[in-house]
Amino acid sequence: MTAAIDALLPGEPVVLIDADGARTPDDAHELPAADSLVQAYRSLVTARRINDQAYALVRQGRLAVYPSSHGQEACQVAAAQVLGEDDWLFPTYRDTVAAVLRGVDPVGVLVLLKGDWHSGYDPYEHKVAPQATPLATQLLHAVGVAHAAQLRGEPAVVMALCGDGATSEGDFHEALNFAAVFGAPVVFFVQNNQYAISVPLARQSVAPSLAHKGIGYGIPGRRVDGNDVAALLSVLGAAVQRARDGEGPQLVEAHTYRMQAHTNADDATRYRADDEVAAWERRDPVRRIETYLRGAGLLDDATAAAFAAEAEQVAAQVRDGLNTDVTPRPDDLFDHVYARRTPQLDEQAALLADELAAEQAGE
Amino acid sequence: MNQKITMAQALNQALRDALHADPTVLVFGEDVGPLGGVFRITDGLTAEFGEDRCFDTPLAESGIVGMAVGLAMNGFRPVVEMQFDAFAYPAFEQVVSHVAKLRNRTRGAVSLPLVIRVPYAGGIGGVEHHCDSSEAYYAHTPGLHVLAPSNAEDAYGLLRAAIASDDPVVLLEPKKLYWSKEEVDLTAAVPGIGRAVVRRPGTDATLVAYGPSVPTALEAAEVAAQEGRSLQVVDVRSIVPFDDETVCAAVRSTGRAVVVAEAAGFASVAAEIAARVSERCFHHLHAPVRRVTGFDIPYPPPKLEHLHLPSVDRILDAVDDLQWEDA
Repeated sequence: MTAAIDALLPGEPVVLIDADGARTPDDAHELPAADSLVQAYRSLVTARRINDQAYALVRQGRLAVYPSSHGQEACQVAAAQVLGEDDWLFPTYRDTVAAVLRGVDPVGVLVLLKGDWHSGYDPYEHKVAPQATPLATQLLHAVGVAHAAQLRGEPAVVMALCGDGATSEGDFHEALNFAAVFGAPVVFFVQNNQYAISVPLARQSVAPSLAHKGIGYGIPGRRVDGNDVAALLSVLGAAVQRARDGEGPQLVEAHTYRMQAHTNADDATRYRADDEVAAWERRDPVRRIETYLRGAGLLDDATAAAFAAEAEQVAAQVRDGLNTDVTPRPDDLFDHVYARRTPQLDEQAALLADELAAEQAGE
Repeated sequence: MNQKITMAQALNQALRDALHADPTVLVFGEDVGPLGGVFRITDGLTAEFGEDRCFDTPLAESGIVGMAVGLAMNGFRPVVEMQFDAFAYPAFEQVVSHVAKLRNRTRGAVSLPLVIRVPYAGGIGGVEHHCDSSEAYYAHTPGLHVLAPSNAEDAYGLLRAAIASDDPVVLLEPKKLYWSKEEVDLTAAVPGIGRAVVRRPGTDATLVAYGPSVPTALEAAEVAAQEGRSLQVVDVRSIVPFDDETVCAAVRSTGRAVVVAEAAGFASVAAEIAARVSERCFHHLHAPVRRVTGFDIPYPPPKLEHLHLPSVDRILDAVDDLQWEDA
């Protein structure tokens, strides 16, 4: 059985373009095609802009809260880019950008954080599940969606996202085990950003790596530099292909860093040092691929400016959308609890309607 | 077409008929495959429909329900079995945070046509963790339908209705009634979800019960009749949605009510029914609504459970307390 265990071992994190933007001497992995890297850079520019815009909108009171993926954008971009149209993405609350890059209207994605409703898009339109707020529960839904595709003989693959903290939850382990037992086409993608709010990885797990957690379930683990979009495209792309070919689930752990606090309500200076943050700043995922592309002659100033303008348009769309006040329908409170309202909900809706009518008449 | 079968056989037939009628119906859980479930409710289904349609899963209830959510999101109608009431608790977060909320979260874009079958309640001499009456946890969670049949015919009809529903349903199957044989007509019209039924007519007082307490209530009514008192028995069947109309019409017709249920009484479904009846029937009532429930204790060991469960005597004592004019 030693050979089988060897095949599951994660190995060292894959790095294809280093922090200085230089191609590493990794012969085992081919660099993704140039157009794929340029596309990834283009998405990274938009991703960073969305994060910064959303963060600003919290300060302006237009969003209740924003868990930013600033610093983790390469993971967001690659997770979306390696999927085909019929594949599914299961994002968490920190994966706003991945959902947007999959095609969901950014204003729709931010509805949860704006407070108009719990989710603002139709999951079937772009095959993006509602963002999960509880940790790891969505991974089991991902297994179910994947198994459904499998039962129908469809080639769809499911990309299920979670963070380092979620790997401690029971549902993470049940999801890995169920996916393995059923051979479900799921890629479990852990963005290890080193902290679960304030709790550091060392208090989360003493496993050799989070990717090693697949071994106990018979799932191969892979590790990848989470700030290297080229490596992410390569590793995640291979995992998706493997799942599509019927070889079952894989667990991919990306090493990255949450550059900002958990949310605006959090104070990261209470649990991490400035020099740690500065060290990760030097590994920035956007600058890294930009340096590489310019050095390789794949990106010029005009193209970079065009991408920046494009990102600015998305930011403007987000600003306009969030600065528009939507009056939530009170009836929505009662209309979607069941396919049809119960008699009790009819009574309660009538009570509220009377109250609102009286309020309006009193004005 | 009448036949004499048990509730377990009726449930098995409902699953078989649903699997035949709709290729998107799936049955899975612990030991439901070749074994046919520890209560044999899924007996023969894997052999008849194959391992893709009726299959065993790893032993993890959250996993079972979570996977069912994904399958329901993606075109299937899963029917999952929780092996025993208390063994369903690991799935609680999936049930409360996702099964019950996904439709609402997505403003109706995602519906979850899934059924969670829970063998529940006591009276079978079961050891700890095998006899809980967990209906209040589910009934308190908006977004779930919660059903509790009291006989084989309803068990068949309610399970078929649950599988056909576009909303998630928790079907609470009274374990102690699994093996009671009854004359049933499976071709009879399926009672819709949300309808109570008057099980026995009566004029002096109304017993309101569901699931395993219905036969006890009927027995109490039989004894009362011999003593010259006419008790009406209402079988709630559907805890959520609750049939206020039928229950309240029944109570208004007699002016006295006793609610009977096995679960601990505090903050229970029985408490809710008593409150609803009091609010809605106040001017028709000759006495406060009484409850006969389990004590507010963890479910007792087998040799003491008879002291805990609502009994005919305890029901009749409560009826005696309903401020009779001749008393």
